[in-house]
Amino acid sequence: MNWSDVVFIVPEIVVAAGASILLLAPVTVAGPASHSAAKRSMLALLAVTFASVLVCSHLVERIDQTPAFAATFALDSFSVFFKLLFIAAVAMVVLLSDDFLREARYSPWEYHSLLAFALCGMMFMASGVHLISIYVGLELMSLSSYILAGYYKNEAKSTEAAMKYFVLGAVSSAILLYGISVIYGVCGSLNLADISTALSTVLTNDALVLGILLLAAGLCFKIAAVPFHVWTPDVYEGSPTPITAFLSTASKAAAFAIFARIFYTGLHHFHLDWSNVIAVVAALSMIVGNVAAVTQNNVKRMLAYSSIGHAGYGLLGIVAMSTTGIGAVLIYTLVYVFANLGIWATVLMLRRHEYAGEQVDDFAGLHLRAPFWAFAMVIFLLSLGGIPPTAGFIGKYYLFAAAVQAGFGWLAVIAVLTSALSMFYYLRLVVAMYLREGKEAEVAITPPLKLVGAVCLVATLLLGVLPTPLIHQVEQAVRWTAARAAVTSHGGR
Amino acid sequence: MGIYDNPSVPILSIVTFIPLAGAIILMFFDRENTGTIKRFATGVALVDFLISIPLWIHYDPNATGAEMFQFRETVDWIPALGVKYDFGIDGIALLLILLTTLIGWIACYCSFSAIEHRQKEYYILILILQTGMIGTFCALDFFLFYVFWEVMLVPMYFLIGIWGSTRRLYAAIKFFLYTLAGSVLMLLSILALYFFNDGGIPFLNIQGLGNEPTFSVLQYHEIGHLIPPTLQFWIFLGFFFGFAIKVPMFPFHTWLPDAHTEAPTAGSVILAAILLKMGTYGFVRFALPILPDATKELLLPIVILSLIGIVYGALVTLVQKDMKRLIAYSSVSHLGFVMLGMFALNPMGIRGSVLQMINHGISTGALFLLVGIIYERRHSRMIAEYGGLAKQMPMYATMFLIAALSSMGLPALNGFIGEFTILVGAANSVHFGTMWYAGIAALGIVLGAAYLLWLYQRVFWGPLDNPANQKLPDLNGREIATLVPLVVLMVWIGIAPKVFFDTIEKPVDYIVQKVDRSYFDKQPMTYPESSPAGKHVAESR
Repeated sequence: MNWSDVVFIVPEIVVAAGASILLLAPVTVAGPASHSAAKRSMLALLAVTFASVLVCSHLVERIDQTPAFAATFALDSFSVFFKLLFIAAVAMVVLLSDDFLREARYSPWEYHSLLAFALCGMMFMASGVHLISIYVGLELMSLSSYILAGYYKNEAKSTEAAMKYFVLGAVSSAILLYGISVIYGVCGSLNLADISTALSTVLTNDALVLGILLLAAGLCFKIAAVPFHVWTPDVYEGSPTPITAFLSTASKAAAFAIFARIFYTGLHHFHLDWSNVIAVVAALSMIVGNVAAVTQNNVKRMLAYSSIGHAGYGLLGIVAMSTTGIGAVLIYTLVYVFANLGIWATVLMLRRHEYAGEQVDDFAGLHLRAPFWAFAMVIFLLSLGGIPPTAGFIGKYYLFAAAVQAGFGWLAVIAVLTSALSMFYYLRLVVAMYLREGKEAEVAITPPLKLVGAVCLVATLLLGVLPTPLIHQVEQAVRWTAARAAVTSHGGR
Repeated sequence: MGIYDNPSVPILSIVTFIPLAGAIILMFFDRENTGTIKRFATGVALVDFLISIPLWIHYDPNATGAEMFQFRETVDWIPALGVKYDFGIDGIALLLILLTTLIGWIACYCSFSAIEHRQKEYYILILILQTGMIGTFCALDFFLFYVFWEVMLVPMYFLIGIWGSTRRLYAAIKFFLYTLAGSVLMLLSILALYFFNDGGIPFLNIQGLGNEPTFSVLQYHEIGHLIPPTLQFWIFLGFFFGFAIKVPMFPFHTWLPDAHTEAPTAGSVILAAILLKMGTYGFVRFALPILPDATKELLLPIVILSLIGIVYGALVTLVQKDMKRLIAYSSVSHLGFVMLGMFALNPMGIRGSVLQMINHGISTGALFLLVGIIYERRHSRMIAEYGGLAKQMPMYATMFLIAALSSMGLPALNGFIGEFTILVGAANSVHFGTMWYAGIAALGIVLGAAYLLWLYQRVFWGPLDNPANQKLPDLNGREIATLVPLVVLMVWIGIAPKVFFDTIEKPVDYIVQKVDRSYFDKQPMTYPESSPAGKHVAESR
């Protein structure tokens, strides 16, 4: 190991050290219940991490060339894009958790520490160019998430969610790991670049097909794509709402990051073999997710099914396997994270019981109680539905464009029609907010929620009207990845 | 009036975004202060209308080719995709914009007493809708067009959903989903065009042209005929769903009666007058000139659907008991005429078709306005509730008669000019090759006279025996003010349509030339020899 490699992982070191300190803080310096101190420490940690990602990516002169640590860890613009997105998303989740932690009276330090560990795992996932480093990052994120999903320790629903999530997650990790081992058997390496080189001379064989299928199955579980989606509604419903927000945004974005990285830089030679399989998964996810969401009355379950549908949309970019496609995944992930976090912020404003804003009816008459946030909610929902001039349209545009360009016309048709269908249940919330008389329910619009809502609203509108800066960032991120794919490729496009 | 000729003044953007600016200012008004809100919104719409009128004066009807699209504004918007903010209008768009700004003002003004709650949101939504509609007609960049096209959906959804009558939620969601489903398919077609112009779709062995990536509609007009027929077919299909649902053509019309019937008066007026024209405008601006081969290939099914729409729409209209539903179904019939004329693919047919778009906007807009007026007084749209109104409301009865006569195509009023031109175009169309289509369409006119006169008879004549109707006040000043401009236009177009035809002549010729590249070559020659020669030229391209 070269000592200068350490520069690459300074942000991860910061997060991991910070997470450990957060864990120890209540027994040493601060009292266990000092809620706001915990929150402030966590936000400070995130700010430092954010800065260190920016600084380190500039410091790394070899950026976009050689990954560090025996070619297992890359600090490229692709990973920087995702890391910054993760940090921003986690910061917003921290703000969303404010009320939950204050009322639930569970240790805020532990909670934030777990979030920080999950963030650390996600950052390793974004940077991993070696299947084991990716896997370790994924496990760190998943284990932290299992605990967080059960953080309502006294609620049966939350414990049930954690249990289901853990059991199914562990199985899917095992499947993923098995796929990795089979691929190792075929290629003799776990480094994505080496896998790509090895595969360029290999003909399709059964072992490889098995390995890719198992790998894809494991990843599809993580992004909640059909038929590996059954855990999603229960886990989303049972988890504390801020954690649902975390699972449906940051965690999902991280899974998409490794999905894109592994398939694009490692397995692109067998694109023609696996693309049809992934295309079917994408089609099923879009259809099942959006159709099932129509009948849900529980907002969290509705959004869970919607997120299954969105996993299908994201897969379009991976199916296309082009620079447009991967760029689309990046753009879509980002706009989806902002729109979704905005929605969760609004849901939390309706907080009345342990589980906030659960039923569609809870939104009734919101336009009278909170006109501005009802409007913001409409924008977020339109963004998820892909209606211009919101950012969601730019994201969906890119995905559809990638699918059409790659010749997956049938998939694009399914995508646009389910996307139209999705507006049906998004509009149910709009109907509740604007067209139905509200019950006299209180809303708790706290400053942290306002901040998250405002950031998401500005991002959703701004990126919808002026998407050029984002597109530039994404193009840069993808160009590098594409170049790496082309190093060892003769057919990669 | 230098600002209209000065290229540095973005006059189309001004016309487009004045309503939006008004809507944003309106957001800061006190919601209790309804008097100011409605006057302000109406004022904004009126100013927009007044600013848009000189566009017509400064429009040069003799320009041809790309210069035909005037008042151009081109700015890069998303350079990475080749998306431009590209505005420009030809005569067709010009007339539709003028109609839009006029109807926008009428829609605001007619709602003064009809809308009794949530006025602030109401006027904000109408103004946003105005911007969406005007922008759609101005856009010469397909991406931009799509953005405006979708922007229209949301305000209309709310207008129906909040201020509609009993089944408003059902109608609103039906309208939204139908239109959205069509327009996302259109998006796929736009993407296919985009990639064809650029790098092609290698996976499907579709060679691209390798041009700079662009969404420019004018560029697509140039390359359209180079697209292989199979691809044209699929692209056309996407356009067809997008536009045919909006028109609406049989059998995609089922959202229309619900949306029209449930919408508030202003919503119905805007829907009938402008939103339905989006579909026909889409066909005439995009589908025909960009996809000439597919247009001709699919001509027969579309013409048959149009004819079914004309006759079926008229027959269904006959049996309606609800006035609004009756007028809504009559739109299906009238829009069938517009489609028939358009697909005659000769200048006469398309000219009639474009003029009939305007006519339908005026006549049906006026009819919805009139039904809204009586509904406001009686809160019933059922024909059976009325009778003998002519005695009680003579002015109202007169206005209704003029609008109905205009709608049924009585000579000296606008409907006749449009329908007559369409029938002449359809009868002469070499693509139809038969007089029968025009003949069947003429049946629609007869049925039109039947349902409108029967409606008039049941509502206005006979004894005034319903006590609820015996104290109805006649039109007030405001209502007259909203109706008079429409009546003036009906008579103007009916008596002196030349200035309208002049405005759209060159744009229509442009479209005919795009869709049938040899049309004007073979015109000077005599018929039998010219046809094979013309055909040969067409095939060799």
